[in-house]
Amino acid sequence: MKKVYVREEYCIGCHLCEVYCVMAHSRYPHDLLKAFKKGDPLPLPRLWVEEKGPLTFAFQCRHCEEPHCVSACITGALQKDTTTGVVTCEQERCVGCWTCVLACTYGAIRRDTKNGKMVKCDLCSNWGEPPACVYYCPNEALIFVERGE
Amino acid sequence: MEYVIVGNSAAAVGAVEGIRSVDQKGKITLISKEPYHTYSRPLISYYLAGKVTAEKMFYRPLDFYERNRVRALLGKEAVALDAVNKVLTVRELRDDSVQEIAFDKLLLATGSKPFLPPIDGLGKKKVFTFLSFDDARAISSVAVPGARAVVIGGGLIGLKAAEALTTIGVQVTVVELGSWILNTILDQHAALIVQNHLERQGIRFLLQTTCEEVLGNDEVEAVKLNNGAILNCDFVVIAVGVRPNTELVQGTLLKVNKGVVVDQRMQTNLPDIYAAGDVAEGYDLIYGKQRVLPVLPIAYKQGKTAGINMAGGEKEFPGGFPMNSIGFFGLSINTAGLIEPGGDGWEVLVKEEQRRQVYKKIILHQVRIVGFIILNEIDRSGILTGLMSERVSVGDFKESLLETPGLVNLPDGLRHARQFGGAQ
Repeated sequence: MKKVYVREEYCIGCHLCEVYCVMAHSRYPHDLLKAFKKGDPLPLPRLWVEEKGPLTFAFQCRHCEEPHCVSACITGALQKDTTTGVVTCEQERCVGCWTCVLACTYGAIRRDTKNGKMVKCDLCSNWGEPPACVYYCPNEALIFVERGE
Repeated sequence: MEYVIVGNSAAAVGAVEGIRSVDQKGKITLISKEPYHTYSRPLISYYLAGKVTAEKMFYRPLDFYERNRVRALLGKEAVALDAVNKVLTVRELRDDSVQEIAFDKLLLATGSKPFLPPIDGLGKKKVFTFLSFDDARAISSVAVPGARAVVIGGGLIGLKAAEALTTIGVQVTVVELGSWILNTILDQHAALIVQNHLERQGIRFLLQTTCEEVLGNDEVEAVKLNNGAILNCDFVVIAVGVRPNTELVQGTLLKVNKGVVVDQRMQTNLPDIYAAGDVAEGYDLIYGKQRVLPVLPIAYKQGKTAGINMAGGEKEFPGGFPMNSIGFFGLSINTAGLIEPGGDGWEVLVKEEQRRQVYKKIILHQVRIVGFIILNEIDRSGILTGLMSERVSVGDFKESLLETPGLVNLPDGLRHARQFGGAQ
């Protein structure tokens, strides 16, 4: 399946991927200004920008073939779509037990402690292709491709 | 092909999904004593606390059996196994009628049952265990605000019950035999932080204490403790641990240790019979031997592994270790593997911030992570889980382990492997 991959040699740590991830999952998924000015409460970004000196990169869910988070989910809220391969969380059924946080060996899951729910990358399934982080990355440090595994 | 699954929780559901990933045609029959659609067992404490309704307890969508073409025999108990002729005897709980069901491949996913300590008077009314939806419903019916409860056992189950009861206004006293609470997953230091937190919410603890007798005529009125004290109460919850539910296989040819003995394909000593979940002994990566690993993520994985193999696929359970993510009144706890170091070749990394109730302890053996305890600062803890299950030598970046885990701290090779996302 197509996934988001980072080319860390092109990432300058501008965090625009986070900004547009927030927009794409907000109440105004196609309007940056409205998303940030009127979209309160703003969703959390579903990816992490990691930085250490000159090394920076964005990172999000790998949509694993055999996702540890799905096996670990105590409610069954986390599922891997058998057709698209996207790992998604049925938010309404998440109880914020954070077992997925402990299980995901990539550390790809974020805690929304305000709402007591986990959030994760959904590959912008409801937004468009490529995902917003890729589409708006100014340096093409993020790419959306099929690599095989 | 006739597949029969005994059980209806994580391992059983994993097996259904495993079988169907290989074999779309074979017949699957699932037998469960509990008369309910598959539900999430850990959610019973959320149900008791009023945070999740009965309708939201389901572990898989309501069309799960239909979609996977499973004949679900709910409210029926498998009472006898003829392992030689491959026949199960099943009793209908409503009318005690009995039927025989033949199988080609059988999965035992019967889970755990509560361990009942030798305490006099356990047969009285309003003495409960806390493992099933029925338990939660029964407790719910007596757990009115202002009621007084004694919870016997300060482990995961007992404390989740105590938290839920406190949330709905019950006065709770926890009686624990050990020197500290949650002693299977926390060291004494972490346990004290959690205990203080729970005490601030109103829960009372009696440590190094046992209950000798449940007092009352027909119904619980009090418990008598080993120090002679009498605690008046309206109901009692027994939560001193669980045991593999191996009843069905006692006296058969199946090899049983503490749990049912299986190989890495989750097959028992008999070729067509498999076991998974709390009833089985899976491979513990840290201990390096088979043992019962009664946690949900492992149950699901073992069930799926068993299902794939039952259907003719090839899959091994790679091994696991106990891991728990649990929270009490907003304090989050993540633990995995061992909680105390041994002698030579062991190292312990510790960080603490009292004000934020942050505690982090990572145990290394021969420069590999073999266990950790994290209070509150649990973000991205799974990165540590991954280093642990992959047995990565962490010598080169050890000093960064106490920070919030990030891929940025890993050596190039490990980081790139994770960025490219092939590693499982």
